[in-house]
Amino acid sequence: MLSLGLLWRALSSGGHEAREKEDDQQAHHRPEAPSRTAAAAMEQERALEVYDIIRTIRDPEKPNTLEELDVVTESCVEVHEIGEDEYLVTIRFTPTVPHCSLATLIGLCLRIKLQRCLPFKHKLEIYISEGAHSTEEDINKQINDKERVAAAMENPHLREIVEQCVLDPD
Amino acid sequence: MMKDSLTLLSRIPAHPDSRCWFLAWNPTGSLLASCGGDCSIRIWGKEGDTWVCKSVLGEGHQRTIRKVAWSPCGNYLASASFDATTCIWKKNHEDFECAATLEGHENEVKSVSWAPSGSLLATCSRDKTVWVWEVDEEDEYECMSVLNSHTQDVKHVVWHPNQELLASASYDDTVKLYREEEDDWVCFTTLEGHESTVWSLAFDHSGERLASCSDDKTVRIWRQYKPGNEQGVVCNGTDPTWKCICTLSGFHTRTIYDVAWCQLTGALATACGDDAIRIFEEELHSDPHQPTFTLTVHMARAHSQDVNCVAWNPKEPGLLASCSDDGEMAFWKYQRPEVC
Repeated sequence: MLSLGLLWRALSSGGHEAREKEDDQQAHHRPEAPSRTAAAAMEQERALEVYDIIRTIRDPEKPNTLEELDVVTESCVEVHEIGEDEYLVTIRFTPTVPHCSLATLIGLCLRIKLQRCLPFKHKLEIYISEGAHSTEEDINKQINDKERVAAAMENPHLREIVEQCVLDPD
Repeated sequence: MMKDSLTLLSRIPAHPDSRCWFLAWNPTGSLLASCGGDCSIRIWGKEGDTWVCKSVLGEGHQRTIRKVAWSPCGNYLASASFDATTCIWKKNHEDFECAATLEGHENEVKSVSWAPSGSLLATCSRDKTVWVWEVDEEDEYECMSVLNSHTQDVKHVVWHPNQELLASASYDDTVKLYREEEDDWVCFTTLEGHESTVWSLAFDHSGERLASCSDDKTVRIWRQYKPGNEQGVVCNGTDPTWKCICTLSGFHTRTIYDVAWCQLTGALATACGDDAIRIFEEELHSDPHQPTFTLTVHMARAHSQDVNCVAWNPKEPGLLASCSDDGEMAFWKYQRPEVC
């Protein structure tokens, strides 16, 4: 995950005004810089913790992990501090095939494993990476509806598939 | 000031190791029913200063119980479950017996509500329908209507406090209102405006206004305008129009799962996915057709996880119950701040 400073430089048009503003910001915020860097470092650490948990999730159809299939990558995890020791975790995954139910299933696996394994206080949002699916808005809405997720996990058939996918490797 | 107006009275692990999804006070305010992901209903009563579990109704459902509702007489409790059924429990002193099981929905039942007359019941489901049931003198339940208006999962149903009118909230981002027509029920209007799933609804004491809350992080207040109204709001034939007169935005940072309108004081409470409870009050000399609501309480970390439900006690002003994904239930005392 890029630090805010790098992101600004990458996005800015490089115009005079923009650069001046940035210098101003740096000047004003210099005394705060150490804590901002510490916060960004913590967020990055948390992001790696998240990635470590999701990379070993198995794909529902193929005998590979989500990492092996590039469904998730380190950069697909974003973490932002939203309160005291509380973080907003955002994951954007890329399903291998444009198949609705499979994408929803992957979203379900991501949510369930993190719900069970993530040790720090968090709120979780999961999305299909933009442009990766024709009905991505529909899928995103479903996988972020906790009532739908809870009900799905009470369906024995779906539950069994999810449990197999999130089972930790020996 | 915004915090001191709401005081924590007690916190109870109502459904340990599970989620507490919903709470409902009985009509006299002496009992509180809770339900959750552990497939049980618990009935709570006060003994001195503590809330004690009086009964556990654990045998009625095989899956999560999403909502519970008391009949107006207080002798029955209905439970809506993910197992696609609705159970009707009959109270016999401190015990509850399953008197009937309503089947018919194709999948999870999300909500159940009793009409003020006590002779009608409404349920709704992920199967996109709203069912209206009739209860006869022999406690027999019969489906009267199956309403197919929503295009997605229906999250909540609630009856109007004094009119034969039903409201439903859905994953399709709308609120629909229904009335009786001959021996059937029909949807006479759709309230549009929310930009995502509408999770819950609450009528005010008079029934003139309806509050809705949504995944779009706003609460909307709708007002009824009857044909021939002074404000010149256009109506369709003899049906009233419900117009959005206020939107509370910028206060909640995540999905709002529940909204509760106190029938005694008019205070509006919300249950949010950011773990907070908020209370709003209408400004004293506010225009009834363009009201201003002020935030009087923002209780951050009211629970350690999402707040799913807030419920005002129907008899004791200011007594509020809440519950959360962390399985806990909390009781609060609210005092309206002096200057508001």
